[in-house]
Amino acid sequence: MDEVRNLIIIGSGPSGYTAALYAARANLKPLVIEGVQSGGALMTTTEVENFPGFREGIMGPELMDNMRAQAERFGAEFITDDATRVELGDKPTEAGTEGLKTVWVGDKQYFARAVILSTGSAWRPLGVPGEQELLGHGVSSCATCDGFFFRNHHIVVVGGGDSAMEEATFLTRFAETVTIVHRRDSFRASKVMQLRALNNEKIKVEWNSKVEEILGHDGTVSGVRISNTQTGEEKVLDVTGVFVAIGHDPRSELFKGQIELDDEGYVKVDSPSTRTNIPGVFAAGDLVDHTYRQAITASGTGCSAALDAERFIASFVEL
Amino acid sequence: MGAGKTVTDATFVTDVLQSEKVVLVDFWAEWCAPCKKVDPLLNEIAKEMGDKVEIVALNIDENPETTRAYRVMSVPTLTIFKGGEPVNSVTGAKPKSALVNFIESSL
Repeated sequence: MDEVRNLIIIGSGPSGYTAALYAARANLKPLVIEGVQSGGALMTTTEVENFPGFREGIMGPELMDNMRAQAERFGAEFITDDATRVELGDKPTEAGTEGLKTVWVGDKQYFARAVILSTGSAWRPLGVPGEQELLGHGVSSCATCDGFFFRNHHIVVVGGGDSAMEEATFLTRFAETVTIVHRRDSFRASKVMQLRALNNEKIKVEWNSKVEEILGHDGTVSGVRISNTQTGEEKVLDVTGVFVAIGHDPRSELFKGQIELDDEGYVKVDSPSTRTNIPGVFAAGDLVDHTYRQAITASGTGCSAALDAERFIASFVEL
Repeated sequence: MGAGKTVTDATFVTDVLQSEKVVLVDFWAEWCAPCKKVDPLLNEIAKEMGDKVEIVALNIDENPETTRAYRVMSVPTLTIFKGGEPVNSVTGAKPKSALVNFIESSL
């Protein structure tokens, strides 16, 4: 059997990296299985203006690189790949692993006394015809990744939250026009983000509208068919790009059946602690948080999780 | 940076289309965060599967012709070329096991 770790952190982002920082400083030598999309949601954003301490704002990826480096400085170790399987209960997976959690990355396995889950959330697709087929060919989940390809194009952003506003505003750097398609008659985005979008002359809004289908021609997007939720009237928007920003779902698939989740798939914790229903398993960040979903709140719960894990580990090993 | 040997508009025909081997082209860009995550995984795969597939990188900003020709509209796009034809393609950062499966299913 390989070496037993005190703590494995599955996932990264503000919660995973903050947990790693605190755990590393507590001498727990955490192993962070940070995932191939490591850094989490902030890796695909641009400027973060509301992380306290950065008066002029900071780029999302830079903030994440800083947090990661800060954790590394105190001895956190990283694996930049996805955890593929977990055994979170205390069922031994081989002789000598009684009381330990097992985490697999492909066919490599790692053992730990405690685990922090911070896998965050994943982009939510629209689930309409044409979307999967045209993903990467005009349909995108990431404006900062793909915006470049839409110079002087007419495009659509679907959604009404902060990420939709941010993507729409960002995309006006490239696109000729950006049409925001939103199901309701008002946005749920923060006022500052809404105003920034609505005051941009390249941005138009189709209110009370729902995407029915993404149309393709010759393997790339050629239009979007939308319907009005009030009148049922349909029309086709003549666009070559569709950026989907309707929200995120917790990435809890890997833990399903082992740990208690709520109806929407978020991991349940014994709030205000980060304890899950399994002793020694803690959860933090967007994987848990229905409500706030901010970088700073994810960092906050990541910190709590590390402190909770430290206390748990200290109850049976001397640190 | 991109993973593997650099190919360009000028060398694409000889390095990729006329290659004897199966070639995976990593269409990448400097400003693309997910590309930076995939690169180290592709470098590992290049070491492990180098006998079956050659991994090369094409910077989309510097090589618009090839990028347009294969209608790359997302980075990273990983496209497998066999006998001069694109046979399979994925976009976005993927875990190593998924990349290995993707390559193996295209061989």
